[in-house]
Parts: sequence; C-alpha cells; structure tokens
Amino acid sequence: MPGFPQAAPVEGLVGGLLIGLAAAIMLLGNGRIAGVSGLFARTLGISSSDTPRQLALAFIAGLPIGAGLVELVAGTNAQFPAPLILLIAGVIVGFGTRLGSGCTSGHGICGLSRLSPRSIFATLTFMTAGVITVTTMRLLELSV
Amino acid sequence: MKQNILALLSGVLFGTGLAISGMIDPARVRAFLDVTGNWDPTLAFVMGGALLPMAIAWQVLKRGKPLASNSCPLPSTSQIDWRLISGAAIFGIGWGLAGICPGPGIAALAVKPMSALLFVLAMAAGMGLHNIIFSARRLSRA
Repeated sequence: MPGFPQAAPVEGLVGGLLIGLAAAIMLLGNGRIAGVSGLFARTLGISSSDTPRQLALAFIAGLPIGAGLVELVAGTNAQFPAPLILLIAGVIVGFGTRLGSGCTSGHGICGLSRLSPRSIFATLTFMTAGVITVTTMRLLELSV
Repeated sequence: MKQNILALLSGVLFGTGLAISGMIDPARVRAFLDVTGNWDPTLAFVMGGALLPMAIAWQVLKRGKPLASNSCPLPSTSQIDWRLISGAAIFGIGWGLAGICPGPGIAALAVKPMSALLFVLAMAAGMGLHNIIFSARRLSRA
C-alpha cells in the first residue's frame, strides 16, 4: 500500500469479511452477539448472561481451531510482548472488558454495525485509550 | 445441538479471519494504534470488512427471527454510564499496552501457546477480579 509498506489491506479485508461472516452466523443462527469477552466470561461461568454455557464454549474453542488451521496451511506472524507485559495487560483487558460490557468484537463489530450509541461510544473510548497508551510508550521509549 | 454447531462454526471462522488478517500479531495491532508513529492501517480494513456482513445481518434480522433460536440478541440497556466509559478506557489501556484483545488472545493459543496462555489466564483473573468487586454491589441492588 503506497506510503504504508507494512500494511496488508487485502489480507485485512478478507480476514475482516470472515470475522463479519462469523458474527453474522452467530447473530442470524443463534440470535447471539459474537462478543468474545462476554462469551469467554460465560465459558468461565462468571457471567450472568442467559447464553447457554456449551454454546459459549463451542464458540470460544473454535477461535484457536481457526487460527491453528491458518497457521498449518499458510503460517502466521505473531510477535508477542514479554511475559510481564502479557500478565499486566491481560488483567487490565479482562477487568475493563467486563466493566465496559464488551471488547473489539462485541462493541467494535457487532454494536457498531447496528449503530448502537453505547458501542459507538465504547469503541471511540477504547481506540482513543489504546492510541494514547501506545503513543505515550513510544515517546517514553518503553518497548514491549 | 444445532446451536452449538453453529457457534463452533462461527468461532472457527472468526479465528480464521483473525489469523488471515494479521490481527493475532500484537505488533501489528500496536502499529495500528501508533497513529503518529509508523502507522499500519491494516486494522481499519479488518473493521471495514467485518462491519459489512454484520450491517447486512442486522437488516435481515429485522425481517425475521434467528434460524436456530428464539433469543432476542439486543442488549437490555442503552444507557451510556460511567461503567461503560471507564471500562472501555481501562480495556483500551491494556489493549495498547500489549496489542492483544480477547479474541486474538484466545485464537493465538494455537499459534503462540505459552504467551497466549499467560495472557488468557491473566484475562480470566481480571474478569474474576471485576466480579469480586462488583458482584456484591449488584446483589444488593437486585
């Protein structure tokens, strides 16, 4: 992509369409929101949602299966941060997504696509917080 | 049973999409958030691609009901309150810190098992912590 040599617009668009199709199957098939944080909490048994636990587990188990298939067929690139960062970020992400009732999938894709004011607000908020965090860390020369 | 198969199919497709789009690479996600640095716009294409089928799906749902369920998928609340705002802000900080949100973290269990497992366990702990802090209050209101 001109000006952005590291961008992968085609892979992004194709992968995005699959993600949207997956969420559409969940919605039109099961009448459920494909919100990963909520379904993961339901799998753990710590959510008051009425989604059947088996259904949540089936969806969550599918995620690594799909990623594993791509890894087998084409290989993937994934550069992960240091363990301490993973630990701290994991706790923050878990806490924040429960308090805010959703993450990138539930608010960012499912909610945004039906123009839910809550989800628009949440998405703008976590995007802004993410940008501020990454920018601050770069300026302070903190690497992960 | 039919519902569980559809959920599994949805999860597999979702994980496939995350891997193809490069969203299970935390470095790429952080590069998207680094708008004033060496910006990588890929995530915007992912969002655009994902919003299209879902926008259609919501229109379809207006004209009928889900295939395998009678459930109504609309969340019960429409209020923008301090929980939503502070929760989203806290999530965004963690997302920026590591470049991982819940979907890619769980999907990456098949790609970078040790790192992803550490993140997922920490995320479960964070969710548990939320419940410990807020469940007492919720019970007392109910």
